[in-house]
Amino acid sequence: MHPAYSVIFFTVASGAGYGLLFWLSLAALVGAMPGGRWLMVAGMLLALALVTFGLLSSARHLGHPERALGAFSQWRSSWLSREAVAAAATYVPAGLLLLLAAFGGASAVASFAALLTALGAAATVYCTARIYASLRTIRHWNRKDVVWIYLALALASGGLLFCLLLALGGHALGIAGPLSLAALLAAAWLKARYWAAVDADPGAYTVEMALGMPDLGTPRPLDPPHTMPNFVMREMGYSVGRKHAVKLRRGVLLALFAVPAVLLALSLITGLSAPLLVLGVLSAAGGLLVERWLFFAEAEHVSQLYYGLQRA
Amino acid sequence: MTTLPPATDKKLGLVIDLDICVGCQACATSCKEWNTGGYSAPLSDHDPYGADPSGAWLNRIHSYEFGEGAAAKTVHFPRSCLHCETPDCVTVCPTGASYKRVEDGIVLVNPDTCIGCKLCSWACPYGAREYDHDDGVMKKCTLCVDRIYNETLAEEDRIPACVRACPTGARAFGDLGDPDSDVSRSVAARDGFNLLDEFGYRPVNKYLPPRKTSVPLDLSETPPPETATGTTAIEKLFAWVDRTLSS
Repeated sequence: MHPAYSVIFFTVASGAGYGLLFWLSLAALVGAMPGGRWLMVAGMLLALALVTFGLLSSARHLGHPERALGAFSQWRSSWLSREAVAAAATYVPAGLLLLLAAFGGASAVASFAALLTALGAAATVYCTARIYASLRTIRHWNRKDVVWIYLALALASGGLLFCLLLALGGHALGIAGPLSLAALLAAAWLKARYWAAVDADPGAYTVEMALGMPDLGTPRPLDPPHTMPNFVMREMGYSVGRKHAVKLRRGVLLALFAVPAVLLALSLITGLSAPLLVLGVLSAAGGLLVERWLFFAEAEHVSQLYYGLQRA
Repeated sequence: MTTLPPATDKKLGLVIDLDICVGCQACATSCKEWNTGGYSAPLSDHDPYGADPSGAWLNRIHSYEFGEGAAAKTVHFPRSCLHCETPDCVTVCPTGASYKRVEDGIVLVNPDTCIGCKLCSWACPYGAREYDHDDGVMKKCTLCVDRIYNETLAEEDRIPACVRACPTGARAFGDLGDPDSDVSRSVAARDGFNLLDEFGYRPVNKYLPPRKTSVPLDLSETPPPETATGTTAIEKLFAWVDRTLSS
């Protein structure tokens, strides 16, 4: 699949934003958020900025972004529509939580808003993942663990941001440190398992099935239905990523998982949190962008059986 | 509404005979010509006469080879939207622009509400939908919905442009939900089949397989090329010249 930069940036930024929103809401819910009101306000603003820039970026890849309101209508059948509804709905309790954090207010209302924000953040990331996981045409995406990976990566990247926020505010990481580390390691384990599984899966559909004449044997493309690559080949047949997949996967394991995990562990031990976590967040951001690029670039689409692919 | 109708009154579709398709591209060009001015208008092209031409086409003709040597076979293979009964290209649409009509089963895109997210093209295993970069919306076969019910056209023209253009009669149009229709009868008689049946979208369009060759070709018994022999004086002269020059 063609890796569109707008969608890569959207899923990475909104994943981290909703992850941070989840951590902040949880901290507010259990009353564990240190640093008075301003740390909470700064965190909420950062999370909502990441989410909003992500959503705006995703709207940029639409042919008609001015018609985007229509995307709220088909939540009965479409995961993309459900994602739009969940994303918009989450702004309501998140905005309320931000206002209550900034100006103070009834703690019961704040707790309820925090609970709804945490649920909304999780639901939005879940819907994003299901858009991909529900496509039976792409075996690299049509998997249950794709949903878990999206959720774990949102939790891990949001957790790193939450730890950085605490460190920059001059606070101890507390339980957030080990929990973020656990999320990071869980995501790494899921992703390594995912890569092993997709490599071992040859694909359920063959070129013989695509043409429907198995008696005739294996077809060989003779004349293509185009003079230069067409939309279906450019959108669904991207293959540059597969050439460098092994090296890039190693880069992801290093930048997204190993480096941030070591830096997070070091900051827990040494107490030198802020500079270490700045490096950790930057490394994880780079790693996440490559991970998401690979998620698209490595994905094979069944339609390519008509264009020379043997199995998909 | 992007939820699928539980059933449609008719199942209008195409039957494509791979035995007699000669791969002439008349259906593809006729489709492009009609639909760049019809319901799907425009079907934009980019750099059409330059070094890197591309554009939206609703019907594309592949040619494949099967087998080796004397048993080799060339099959021309037109491919367009199959107007499936249970396709995800409809249900994934976030706006309701992609829909399946209850009255005849045609799968259409409403060009006024499509936001151009391309998700429907990702959901199609047949690669039947093509995005129009100029128009910013998805394009697909409409089964010439603006011809088949069009009473301003002569009656013989109220069929899809591809069917009308086919010079060999390899394409037929009709109601595949009616077992007594001509198209259903030909599917039954010729073992018509679905593309990628295993995927489970239940395509309406059917394909008829190439007929089995009745006389197998045996290249070992091919006679040697004729030498110049004859009975008339001039033919004998040429035969003598041939033998002399060959020795």
